[in-house]
Amino acid sequence: MGPVQIQMREKLVAAFAPLSLDIQDDSARHAGHAGAAQHAAKQGGAATGVGETHFSITIISTAFAGLSRVARQRAVYEVLKDELAGPVHALALKADAPSSSGT
Amino acid sequence: MSDAQAFIDNLVKTNDVVLFMKGTARMPMCGFSGTVVKILDHVGVDFQDVNVLADDAIRQGIKDYSNWPTIPQLYVKGEFIGGCDIVREMFETGELKQVLSDAGVALDA
Repeated sequence: MGPVQIQMREKLVAAFAPLSLDIQDDSARHAGHAGAAQHAAKQGGAATGVGETHFSITIISTAFAGLSRVARQRAVYEVLKDELAGPVHALALKADAPSSSGT
Repeated sequence: MSDAQAFIDNLVKTNDVVLFMKGTARMPMCGFSGTVVKILDHVGVDFQDVNVLADDAIRQGIKDYSNWPTIPQLYVKGEFIGGCDIVREMFETGELKQVLSDAGVALDA
């Protein structure tokens, strides 16, 4: 687990006290495409484009209860805004409240 | 309102369905953008594609306009619907078609 992933996990746990939090680093699957290489270079990563750039996050928290999908994602984006403005090039995100999970 | 904000505002209010994306509907330059194009094609809705890679002012401008940090972004009748994850989820639950038909957008699927 790289430093960016650890930092995101800490921030999400602090902000949402999630019942469930899964963070997948998908960067390797995107290695070599233009965005990945550009962002990896910014992080001082290899020119082959392997860095911590692409993530999938699934987070379940009671903090999302009653919020629209857009509002739930905005809340997560706000917490991770430094990462999104910096090293993270792409983030697939699923944010749910416990009761709406799976619907 | 800056020029980019005014341009975006006009675009989303004068077109029923607008997709801000990387690349074009014919040639998406990003998997997430490509996914939304496929979903909209599958649903059978005509949409205006806007390639944010062609204009940095639009690329940043749409993020500010929507208060949403990522691309793609889908608008229906001036309303922000969401990005790839939300569009895919709404497609899977049938809500996307509902939103489009509630908005009076023609579907030919």
